[in-house]
Amino acid sequence: MSDKVLMKGNEAIAEAAIIAGCRHYFGYPITPQTEIAAYMAKKMPKIGGTFLQAESEIAAINMVYGVSSTGKRVMTSSSSPGIALKSEGLSYLAGADLPALVVNVQRGGPGLGGIQPSQSDYFQATKAGGHGDFRMIVLAPASVQEMAELTIKGFELADTYRMTSMILADGTMGQMMEPVALDLEVKPAPEKPWATTGTKCSRPHNIVNSLFLAPEELEKFNFERFERYKYIEEHETMYEEYMMEDAEICIAAFGIAARVSKNAVNEARKQGIKVGMIRPITLWPFPTAPFAKAAEQVKQIITVELSMGQMIDDVRLATGCKVPVTLCNRVGGMIPSPEQVLEAIIEANKNGGAK
Amino acid sequence: MDFKRITLLCGHYGSGKTNVAVNIAFNLKKQYNNVCIADLDIVNPYFRAKDSLDDFKSAGIRLICSEYANSNVDIPALPQDIYTITADKQMHCVLDIGGDDRGALALGRIRDEILSENNYEMLMVINCYRPLTPDAASTLEVMREIETAAKIKFTGLVNNSNLGELTTKEDVLASISYANEVAKAADIPVVMTTVSEKLFNQFDGEVEDLFPLTLQSKLI
Repeated sequence: MSDKVLMKGNEAIAEAAIIAGCRHYFGYPITPQTEIAAYMAKKMPKIGGTFLQAESEIAAINMVYGVSSTGKRVMTSSSSPGIALKSEGLSYLAGADLPALVVNVQRGGPGLGGIQPSQSDYFQATKAGGHGDFRMIVLAPASVQEMAELTIKGFELADTYRMTSMILADGTMGQMMEPVALDLEVKPAPEKPWATTGTKCSRPHNIVNSLFLAPEELEKFNFERFERYKYIEEHETMYEEYMMEDAEICIAAFGIAARVSKNAVNEARKQGIKVGMIRPITLWPFPTAPFAKAAEQVKQIITVELSMGQMIDDVRLATGCKVPVTLCNRVGGMIPSPEQVLEAIIEANKNGGAK
Repeated sequence: MDFKRITLLCGHYGSGKTNVAVNIAFNLKKQYNNVCIADLDIVNPYFRAKDSLDDFKSAGIRLICSEYANSNVDIPALPQDIYTITADKQMHCVLDIGGDDRGALALGRIRDEILSENNYEMLMVINCYRPLTPDAASTLEVMREIETAAKIKFTGLVNNSNLGELTTKEDVLASISYANEVAKAADIPVVMTTVSEKLFNQFDGEVEDLFPLTLQSKLI
């Protein structure tokens, strides 16, 4: 039989988390990510793990805080409105320098919005996961295989840098089914000498806390944390370049939008248009270097997003506004079609970078 | 192949129930005039029989489904014309039941009528390439959960083992022993093994009751 299995994106995340050694899952059901919880509910009891359906998203994220304090790999998942509820906990995790994996399978918003796919939590994930100065590592998978691989990567990065990794997917990525190879490599988790594992009367107490009584001390921790963030920006940025060698037009897209855009790029190439694509895989740290380089080469950049234009700001910052950056989008649970993206490419090619 | 008046399709979520149901409906239409497909899925609001609505209309197949299917109304709603299924005894119906035991609960409303009329097949759709049903033991576990919730015993299996677009003839052949093992343990027959239309011509009688499937999204 084949060494692959046919999985939903949500299941791939859950199985990969188990492969990564995560034995604690806390969550609350919400479409379109419910299969993560359903999968964990089936599997965790069989492997000595804990699946707990919390009374709310807020309870779940605080359970994550508790388990993470003990040094164990732990995760929660939700969809857009549920992630908003978790934002206080995300800030506390950051303030206490605790590693965790949080999954957001986005749906249309704002408010209760709808259950269909969206990418409109980009700002929330990359800029404002909660109150205070902090960052999360944000990973954007574009296939079910990547849902699995980036989940493992997310746990590793979270442990290495003692911070939250977020998988930022969308309803389509969560629900779509593709064959997945699960022979995934997992690096051993680093030592966690800070964890609250009991002193056994042989070491000083470890304290996990995000409250600082002296402002000087809090300032020091913020400065140190941002030194760490700087290191991550320099070392952990991931992206994919597609047909960018001779490109005169550049598509910027992640996740499901990148899959749609790739079809449009292929079609435009058939028509002789020199177009390529940069697909950020880490949304934070954002891959500024390839976009800065593209700005020296292309006449226009088109961001394709399932939002009113959120990543477009980061693309403009990365390019120093050297070339026009335009938006091709659908929102509210709708997905841009390859034809819509192709039209935007043809238009950009015709008008040669004029805005 | 012969179909009873009512064909019930249950299974683990993601096993391919909806796609099999849609294809059976079109197959039924070749043999019978009065055919309906009923979407009783109260679990997954994302992939619905309603996606093929236009094809049903042009083929003259009646679709019974919640008026909220394919909308943002994320509630477990059943269609109001669900009783037509048991009331209209001239109609051949294929019922697409939601995933797992939670989905099978939807059958409760019409179970007694189905059992007393006794002209039905209760089919379990299985796929050994799905992560939670890779072998007979795990598949039987899901079957028992569904039977307990539906309070109807399975009468047959649909071997829908596939790896999506990557499925090869070998993958289908390798799934036969799995399907037979499930059949033996559950003491019910494998009524069909499905393959995509694309693969169908590669077979030459190696598999009994081979049933070609058109992918639902590609019907549109």
